Amino acid sequence: MAEKAPRINQRVLFTLLVGFAVFTIFVYTAGTDVEPGPIPISNIGRDGRLLYQKYNCTSCHQLYGLGGYIGPDLTNAAGKGEAYLKAFLQNGSAVMPNYNLPEHEIEAITAYLVYVNETGHFPEKMAQRTWYGSFKILGNTP
Amino acid sequence: MKKDFVPHLFIGIALISLVAALAIGCIAAVQYLYPSFLKEQLAFYKIRPIHVTFAFSWIVLSIFGGIYYYLPRICGAQLHSKGLSRVHAYLFAATGITIILALALGVFGGREYLAFSPILSIPVLIGWGLFGFNYFRTLYKRLEKWPVFLWMWATGIVFFLFTFTEAYLWLIPYFRNSLVRDLTVQWKSFGSLVGSLNMLIYGTALFLMYSITKDEKLAYGAKSFALYFLALANLLYGWGHHTYIVPADPWIRTIAYAISMTELIILGNIIWQWRKTVRSSLKYSELLPARLLYSADLWVFLNLVLALMISVPAINILTHGTRITVAHAMGTTIGINSTILLASVFYILSQKYSGVLEQYSGLINKGIYVFHISLFAFFAFLVMSGIERSGWLNYDTTVTFSALQLSLRPYLIGFLISGVGLAVGVLMIVSPALRCLYCFFMGHNEVETELSESDLLNAGTV
Repeated sequence: MAEKAPRINQRVLFTLLVGFAVFTIFVYTAGTDVEPGPIPISNIGRDGRLLYQKYNCTSCHQLYGLGGYIGPDLTNAAGKGEAYLKAFLQNGSAVMPNYNLPEHEIEAITAYLVYVNETGHFPEKMAQRTWYGSFKILGNTP
Repeated sequence: MKKDFVPHLFIGIALISLVAALAIGCIAAVQYLYPSFLKEQLAFYKIRPIHVTFAFSWIVLSIFGGIYYYLPRICGAQLHSKGLSRVHAYLFAATGITIILALALGVFGGREYLAFSPILSIPVLIGWGLFGFNYFRTLYKRLEKWPVFLWMWATGIVFFLFTFTEAYLWLIPYFRNSLVRDLTVQWKSFGSLVGSLNMLIYGTALFLMYSITKDEKLAYGAKSFALYFLALANLLYGWGHHTYIVPADPWIRTIAYAISMTELIILGNIIWQWRKTVRSSLKYSELLPARLLYSADLWVFLNLVLALMISVPAINILTHGTRITVAHAMGTTIGINSTILLASVFYILSQKYSGVLEQYSGLINKGIYVFHISLFAFFAFLVMSGIERSGWLNYDTTVTFSALQLSLRPYLIGFLISGVGLAVGVLMIVSPALRCLYCFFMGHNEVETELSESDLLNAGTV
């Protein structure tokens, strides 16, 4: 049986793998080398980003629609004001537990969400559909 | 040490993980309805990653159990190192328990789906490395031409190692300090990681179909290799639908759209052809695995519609961030992947415990019906809930999030009831399998410690 068996098409395999390597480099660099918001992430925002993971916020909340659904999407939550964010971070809610966060952690997570808000919109109201089934985002300013 | 001890150990832990995933999933579904339920003891932010970890363990451990069982039989030789396979099993069991305990205690630090501390990813990588080493060393110079399932398993192993490592690039500030790069790379790695697991699962499905029918086209045919290349292309490039909405370069979106999810078409086609073969050969003794594979076919077609919709960016923009995505993930994970893996589990157990399984065939058959009816309802409630949320996200700006959650309650009640039904169906299916495993581990009449020559020749197979 094995005598009749075809070998795997090595050219196709090679092409796919080389293409993947090039595509991966593009994604790591130029493809994501865009900072749509006017403000780069601050040092305290960087701390907030790690705290967002430490408290597993993504289990309940989304950024750009990615995450859990029991809580609201936080991409543009900072648009409602820092005081709004801090009220939830300090007290929790009927759904969200009170994490008893220290003040500096509240400041850091707030700074991170302010940065996230600057990067774009979710849901994207400025998307224009194209004839071939894709879409273009008209302008990136929040 | 008993013959096939490690495959059975992996399968046993996998089935326990499956039952645990369903039980925890039911608690999570209750919390959707009553968020204060266990809020202080085991809140949703702990429950969800525990559920995900158990579900992930079920998938991965049952894959390992299958491949450790099939590989020596396929290549007609003992596994390169049974010692390494035992180390792999114990390492994964210990790591899994540690991860669950850490999550229950609220010790996180990772990302969605890999919420545990990054330090715990090291034993996971080492375990996969041991598995990969054993796989390739066992096959080294054994077969001149590999059947397609060996290629699929090899590719799945290699790319899991790559994508799992890639999922931790956020540890480098260059990646994590830009939200766009961070999210894009995160979902690139997750999408491809799922693609590598799919490779391992589709390889298992093709091996089972081949083993049951002895149809050589399934192992060496052009269509099977076409599926392999489509699955590979999807693994490499097809992750983009997760991040269509993230403001990265539009080229990323365009490439992903072009590749889309066509692998399911070919997979469905292959299983469809295979059904024709099996219909005319009902004499095969492994009919329980065959029945499970039939039912996976139904979910391939159902998910195909959703998958193709989600891969079209203009539609994705409406479904993204809603439970329509969850419905797709659940339909695929439970309807296709779990059904294939259950078929693999029963194929292995039926080699030795066909009498026990025959005794419970009525219960298993009823369980399969309960499972599929519940899953269909589960899937439908998720889609309906997703449509409601999509309308709120994209068109209705006056309703608050709390009001939306209230309007979703009827769907969430249906979600809970069908989720419990799903758990009951799975329990009906797997309880006889657990009984077989009890016989395996507690039975004293097992004297063989090595695969016999008849085992190796009975391989299958190739």
